[in-house]
Amino acid sequence: MPDPEEGRRRKQRNLAIAGLIATFVIIVYFVTILKIGGQIVERPF
Amino acid sequence: MSDIAATEAGAPAFSTAGPGEYFSLLKPRVMSLVIFTALVGMVAAVAGGANVNPALAAVSLLAIAIGAGASGALNMWWDADIDALMARTIGRPIPRGVVDRSSAGAFGLVLSVLSVTLLWLASNVFAAAFLAFTIFFYVVIYSMWLKRSTPQNIVIGGAAGAFPPVVAWAAVSGAAPVEAWALFAIIFLWTPPHFWALALYREGDYARAGVPMMPNVKGEAETRRLIFAYALVMAPAGIAPFAMGFAGPFYGAASLALGVAFVWLAWKVRMDIPGSKRAAQRLFAFSIFYLFALFAAILAEDLVALYA
Repeated sequence: MPDPEEGRRRKQRNLAIAGLIATFVIIVYFVTILKIGGQIVERPF
Repeated sequence: MSDIAATEAGAPAFSTAGPGEYFSLLKPRVMSLVIFTALVGMVAAVAGGANVNPALAAVSLLAIAIGAGASGALNMWWDADIDALMARTIGRPIPRGVVDRSSAGAFGLVLSVLSVTLLWLASNVFAAAFLAFTIFFYVVIYSMWLKRSTPQNIVIGGAAGAFPPVVAWAAVSGAAPVEAWALFAIIFLWTPPHFWALALYREGDYARAGVPMMPNVKGEAETRRLIFAYALVMAPAGIAPFAMGFAGPFYGAASLALGVAFVWLAWKVRMDIPGSKRAAQRLFAFSIFYLFALFAAILAEDLVALYA
């Protein structure tokens, strides 16, 4: 069984991974918007 | 990433690695140099006429930084055995036993894929492919192949550290013109005297780990001769951006003065008494300042030209 310190470190790692994934998703979202630019309103329906 | 780290005795134990240990796998000091040289490449490309969205350029720079960090993690994964034998590297997370080797490898691989994908999204496929090649070059060509097989390891492997300004230039312009390769040449030619100066006063480290660095293969005298020879070639390469016309007189004067100082310190290494480490230590310290100052001069000139 992990001791409390090990559990704390594992929680920190998990939070860091979650934060990095969330940051990556947000960056990809905004990069996509920036790359599409004004073309998004000119797209054919 | 696994929560289990192998102990020295081979028995598994719960890992005590926190985010800080994983961050140190990225070799933050190397990463900061990559960010800086890549930033200079980007700004020089913009000063040369490339048109780029600042936010996309910032994301591209982040992607290049992550790629550099991923290379560092993969290097530590591969070199864990020899890192444990050298005083300079024994404090890294894997030799200390706080991160297990497979976790470091997985971390490096995931970051490699993310960095290349992100650069592709934020810039273009050419820059992304170039970043992928840079990671491959550092990990496979340098770390896996050259590092343990030839004293020319850092001569050829130095290309990996010299690519970032070219990748950055390609990210904002879609091309890698000769000006970008002039920046590459400076770092490429700077790498051997920089690392050989380090190897001269860390010779025991490399010999103990069985890494064929120039001092423990060709001897101290030959290494000192080569350091001076490379300094003689590197100093003119440092002036090339001015000679080619994409850096101004401020850079020209700075690169000339810095080049003369580098050659002078390399000459002191060449003429130092056998066994002395003092001149090599001074050259190593100055070499870091040299590269930083050269690139800072280009950056300063370009920013003044863009915003003044």
